[in-house]
Amino acid sequence: MKFLCVGCDEPMTLAQAPDPPSEGSLSATFRCARCGQRVALLTNPWETQLVCSLGVAIGGRKPSREPLALVRATLADARLLWTEQAEQRLARVPEPVRPMARAAIERYARERGYREVDCAVMDEAKAGMHG
Amino acid sequence: MKSYREIAGDGGSDVLGQVAERSARLHARMVPIANRLAVMSGKGGVGKSTVTANLAAALAMRGRRVAVLDADLNGPCLARMLGVEGQRLKLGDDGIVPAAGALGVKVVSMDLLLPETGSALAWQAPAARNQFAWRGTLEASALVEFAGDTAWGALDFLLIDLPPGADRFADLQDLLPACDKALVVTIPSGVAALSVRRSVILARRLEARLLGAVENMAGLFGEETPAQALGVPVLGRIPFDPRIAQCADRGVPFVGAHPDTPAARAFSAIADEVER
Repeated sequence: MKFLCVGCDEPMTLAQAPDPPSEGSLSATFRCARCGQRVALLTNPWETQLVCSLGVAIGGRKPSREPLALVRATLADARLLWTEQAEQRLARVPEPVRPMARAAIERYARERGYREVDCAVMDEAKAGMHG
Repeated sequence: MKSYREIAGDGGSDVLGQVAERSARLHARMVPIANRLAVMSGKGGVGKSTVTANLAAALAMRGRRVAVLDADLNGPCLARMLGVEGQRLKLGDDGIVPAAGALGVKVVSMDLLLPETGSALAWQAPAARNQFAWRGTLEASALVEFAGDTAWGALDFLLIDLPPGADRFADLQDLLPACDKALVVTIPSGVAALSVRRSVILARRLEARLLGAVENMAGLFGEETPAQALGVPVLGRIPFDPRIAQCADRGVPFVGAHPDTPAARAFSAIADEVER
């Protein structure tokens, strides 16, 4: 999608990067470099979802390089991914209590909005539980 | 007034650049994989996943390095069939670490990411209704992520188990051009052969190589052999054996559990054809 200032016959450039979708809508502002005219693009929920489904970042933001970034961000309910090192550390917890430890750490991570569990999150969770 | 093509760039997002970068990443993942083979069918319920799991196991039993990508995001079952149900995908330094299945077959499946085995796939979306408008796009992007973000390593075979549908292989080729071979699965039923034939016709229009057809459950309905009518080489006929489904339920590949049966020998013969 491109924007053209009809009066100047000049392409418009992004003046304000879109914020994360709010109430199902994205908004982005474009500006004509010659005359300063500004226009705003506002999407409806279906258009927003379609853009999000492409897995690209809009408005000059850096696309995420996290593995499975789109899938993990978009699944309604997904398991938290653990790093290999974190899994190895969890494996040292006695087996009878391991599921409980996993659930407690995941609960801690989800409450804080972490997208994955690594050793640092484990340390933090442990300190939080004992502190 | 300037036309679309006369304007360079897209105002600052560089969507095409992002897509090109993703394609390059995906290509780099595929380079160390010698064979990328899709298992497809125009018809559901013919045993695509059963064939995928047992072909993967048959190849692994002869020492090949094998992985499977369960491209059926809405009905994944390879995790169960290959004994990794309940395992988790892990984050490694180079991407997602596949689950290690029976006979060392690596497995990546949506099932390993969902909160509970058997959970239905549901996406968060501001537009919960009219999902048809974006769901296909999202699932295509998800499949590209699974293929491109997994640390497959060097493999002899990557088998991609497609959901049913005549056009699924064409879609996969658009998303993952490196997947340049396919086999088609059918059963001895005229109705199934009718749907499968459509997928063969579409596959022939692509640049990919259609290795041939596998007839699953052969002999179940008599002596018909509709695979021969598809106009592609018949790679093998797998005789119906109820233990195949029982093994799948237990997460044990049939070819490993019952290697001396006619069905296991048929899978092994198909592996010969695929390796040829």
